[in-house]
Amino acid sequence: MNIIVCIKQVPGSNKAEVDPVTGVLKRDGNDTKMNPYDLYAVETAVRLKEQSGGKVSVITMGPPSAESVIREAFAMGADEGFILTDRKFAGADVLATSYTISQGIKMAGEYDLILCGKQTTDGDTAQVGPEISEYLNIPCIANVTSIEEIGDKGLTVLMDMQTAIEKCFIEYPCLVSVDKDIFLPRLPSYVKMKASKDQKINFITYEDLPDKDETKVGLNGSPTKVQRIFPPSVNDKRELFSGTAEEMTETVLTKLKENKFI
Amino acid sequence: MSYKAFEKTDYENLLKIINDDERVLYGEEINEEYSHDELGGTHSVPDAVVKALTTEEVSAVMKYAYDNVIPVTVRGSGTGLVGACVPVMGGIVLDMSGMNKVLELDEENLTITVEPGMLLMELAAYVEENGFFYPPDPGEKTATIGGNISTNAGGMRAVKYGVTRDYVRGLTVVLPNGEVLNLGGKVVKNSSGFDLKNLIVGSEGLLAVITKCVLKLMPLPKKTVSLLIPFKSLHAAIETVPKIIRSKAIPTAVEFMEREVIKDSETYLGTAFPDKSGDAYLILKFDGNSKQEIESLYDNVASICLENGAMDVLISDTDERDESIWKPRGSFLEAIKSSTTYMDEVDIVVPRNRIAEVVKYCMEISEQIKIRIKSFGHAGDGNLHIYILKDDLSDTEWEKRMKAAMKLLYEKARELGGKVSGEHGIGFAKREYLHESSHKTEMELMRGIKAVFDPKNILNPGKIV
Repeated sequence: MNIIVCIKQVPGSNKAEVDPVTGVLKRDGNDTKMNPYDLYAVETAVRLKEQSGGKVSVITMGPPSAESVIREAFAMGADEGFILTDRKFAGADVLATSYTISQGIKMAGEYDLILCGKQTTDGDTAQVGPEISEYLNIPCIANVTSIEEIGDKGLTVLMDMQTAIEKCFIEYPCLVSVDKDIFLPRLPSYVKMKASKDQKINFITYEDLPDKDETKVGLNGSPTKVQRIFPPSVNDKRELFSGTAEEMTETVLTKLKENKFI
Repeated sequence: MSYKAFEKTDYENLLKIINDDERVLYGEEINEEYSHDELGGTHSVPDAVVKALTTEEVSAVMKYAYDNVIPVTVRGSGTGLVGACVPVMGGIVLDMSGMNKVLELDEENLTITVEPGMLLMELAAYVEENGFFYPPDPGEKTATIGGNISTNAGGMRAVKYGVTRDYVRGLTVVLPNGEVLNLGGKVVKNSSGFDLKNLIVGSEGLLAVITKCVLKLMPLPKKTVSLLIPFKSLHAAIETVPKIIRSKAIPTAVEFMEREVIKDSETYLGTAFPDKSGDAYLILKFDGNSKQEIESLYDNVASICLENGAMDVLISDTDERDESIWKPRGSFLEAIKSSTTYMDEVDIVVPRNRIAEVVKYCMEISEQIKIRIKSFGHAGDGNLHIYILKDDLSDTEWEKRMKAAMKLLYEKARELGGKVSGEHGIGFAKREYLHESSHKTEMELMRGIKAVFDPKNILNPGKIV
């Protein structure tokens, strides 16, 4: 099975800080990592390869420095890497990103399965995976918590619908975005890292794309306009209740009703 | 020395001193928790508990106890393992956990002044938020700083940064007669007579009550990377450690662990460990200012491990990955505890190039005495945590086999030039072994020092000496 995994480089720290004056996300250029949710996708891909053979390719869009997440995927067991990088791709929203990546995937060769993480820790939209499948005109299932069976024609998976778990069959080629904890991601291997040290990575620029349409990439291709970024307000108002368990339960219940939480 | 029998009037007098009936407990009000520590091998209920909030209160309570010859035992979080905070002679337990505030962060002198009841995890979080680093890192993060100082706890970063003692600059202490003294201070150097501050560090509450601690800080390293290194056998893993040390690389931590203990922790935590390939593992941690700098530090170490039979070297360089390996490591004590009916511990420390011998010896005596023994610990600094497990043994059989195993282990430590305790202390439970392992004169000097500080022997009597 040939699998392509979409990955992204995100800020290394989980504590994103927004400059309250300029509204710009404070980024430390040196401190980056692979989007933690993508680790589950890479792990899933490598396990499928270990079980049924084939090849795992990873693809990302970003600055040339995003090479580090490709190398990290090699150290986890990926075989091939692609980076979509061009000034023209900068400022892309989910739509332009999905379009650009779908173009890159068309250049990455034959595939049976595309795997994505659930969402990223910096954008948090969880939309890029499904949108890529639209551009590639292939079926897609999101929130996959388990792969039940790897068939010749497709996969049987469990999909988390929040109120129910649905068992689905999806035909190849397809896109699956996997949920957190589908498998515990392995740690990158030093041995694999050394072995893949000189491995070539395929850089794809705007000029290489099969469909060169500037209105579909980068800021030009992004209908989403960011008006303002601000840190979420933090409410640290606290109230301490005392009394017997019964009294406190009553107080909490009244409070919740007053505030229309229940 | 005989102590005054604690009476209701003593309680009333303590209540007058503290003037808050929620902070002076007597009789039925005393929670069972106050009668033991985390390991629970030593039991004794105090006559009264005082939850102190200020140095003045501690001083007043000590003066009262001194005048009336009532034993006083100081207690932090009660996470000790040798019964040091258990009031074996009854009397008053002085609960310091309410004195838990940061008093000052001095960025010019790189010190922080805290009250002794502050928890290690609170201290670590506080200084890190401010860009500083308090290197001592004992596994039990809910221990208090006062407790850490009292046992001179070491922890995982001792390989590179040393132990708690190396970070105590000054102490405010209350002597058994109630007198308040400031020892040491914010000074970096000090050649002014005997170092009494350092006598207090590691004295397990026998000499004075610590009420304020001035601790040394360092700048926070920007980045850390841990290596999880699977080996086919514990022997192969542990044999590699001296070679790592000899390579002059300075990891902050070198820990070893066995598959079986990892499995216990998976059951205990309900989370999976990120690798299953090895029967034993080393975990190494490096710190520095960038990924590149750290990579250059561990490159040679990784090669050494691979040359010595490591199956791979796995890299943990993000918070999520660190959590997946260090959280299990932090849970080992509790995990092993939950895998058996009862256990006792040995915390010996040997010169670090001898650690493989001790680990091998544990396996041998486990076979020989027919008792389950599990170990893990700080391979990089020679300090082992060995747990002897009761499982289904009868009480008499357990007592017999456990004592036999302990005797052999302490003898081995002595033979290898080691010590009875690396960081857990002596307290009540390890007294006998300390006395056997130490020179007579050494013990006499300790008793002499105790008598100078505490002529009436009211502070934590029945411990160490």
